[in-house]
Amino acid sequence: MEEGLRRELAQQGIVTTTLADLYNWGRRNSLWPLNFGLACCAIEMIAASMARFDISRFGAEVFRPSPRQADLMIVAGTVTKKMAPQVVRLYNQMPEPKYVIAMGACAISGGPFKQGYNVLKGIDRYLPVDVHIPGCPPRPEALLHALMALQEKIRGQALTGPARPRHLQSEAPSEFPVPQFGAHDLEPPHHPELWQPPAVVGGES
Amino acid sequence: MSDLRPAMETLERIRTRLEAAVAGAELEVVANGAVAAQGSLRVDAAHAVAVARFLRDDAQLQLDYCSNVTGVDWLDRVVRTTVRTRRVIDGLERELEQTTEHTVPGYLEAVYHLYSVALRHGPLVLRQRTADRADGARVASLTPVWRSAEFQEREVYDLFGVVFEGHPDLRRILMWDEFRDHPMRKDYVEPDDYEYEPTPHDEVLAKARRHYAGAGGDRA
Repeated sequence: MEEGLRRELAQQGIVTTTLADLYNWGRRNSLWPLNFGLACCAIEMIAASMARFDISRFGAEVFRPSPRQADLMIVAGTVTKKMAPQVVRLYNQMPEPKYVIAMGACAISGGPFKQGYNVLKGIDRYLPVDVHIPGCPPRPEALLHALMALQEKIRGQALTGPARPRHLQSEAPSEFPVPQFGAHDLEPPHHPELWQPPAVVGGES
Repeated sequence: MSDLRPAMETLERIRTRLEAAVAGAELEVVANGAVAAQGSLRVDAAHAVAVARFLRDDAQLQLDYCSNVTGVDWLDRVVRTTVRTRRVIDGLERELEQTTEHTVPGYLEAVYHLYSVALRHGPLVLRQRTADRADGARVASLTPVWRSAEFQEREVYDLFGVVFEGHPDLRRILMWDEFRDHPMRKDYVEPDDYEYEPTPHDEVLAKARRHYAGAGGDRA
């Protein structure tokens, strides 16, 4: 239907939609996050859920204590190598459709602990991250912005064709391998299909 | 307000009293060359528990609170000693310098900071030294004396590899059980999980070069 006609009908009180619009509208306005936090970013996430910032304006206030009822994993804080397998396992336990927001410098890259021996240098080494938020920690507004960015991403998704979301592709994986505790590091150190180390070194060479 | 706090005895006096109280204890006052000049008392592992009990129960010390346990890694080090000798060479007396080198084998230390809540003094720094950095890396656990040492001794075991004999539950506490290294040791080699850094410099740049040289990357 043409956009002008649609708007005119809406003014007359006749609402028209498509199945894809309705489906995506439902998905993007009920993103229930998994109730867990890993470090100081979690404090900002909690602040975002309180009255001043009020994440419920975007339909994402129902923090679920069980991964079985959650749609959105907000990785809020430093992921240590000891914690990484549990984070991946929680993601695997969530039902599709599911999304990941990596919140803060640690979750996206290791942050100030990047050069340390015990911190995972970004959860995108093991999980498909939809939105990365920089900041240390990001303010609640940044988390709301990330949520809106995720909603925009869902809004634009086609339900058919090769670009359809992962949960509508029967062959696409819904679970990702849980890393094992090795003698010196996690094994494997990253998921080779999700993440490859960049090939460029900046600065002088 | 140091005048409000009763001063603790000097380390020398404590050592003298300890030698009388604990037969056979090998004690050494380790001087500290830094500005704070906070010396410490080194005790051998065989008598460490007896010495610790004395420090805790003695009426004048009453060091009832172990606030901190940590470790120190001392690598093998080369000590150079220069000896000056006078010799007559070709009819002239000359001063010659002879330098000899010898290697001091490395060891690990466990360091305890003790305070008295009852008498409001402290800290007394107590050290135990291991025989070496390998199989002999053993000291006595002081958890039976100060319960608060339990987790911190586990941490020293985890990160430095010091085995505390007599500890009730000596397991890794921070790293996972399958981990084999001791990350706070000075010769620890961390896994090469380096990743792009926008402005690498100094050690980070060296690390990046090593990584990309090993991976056959384009710029190293």
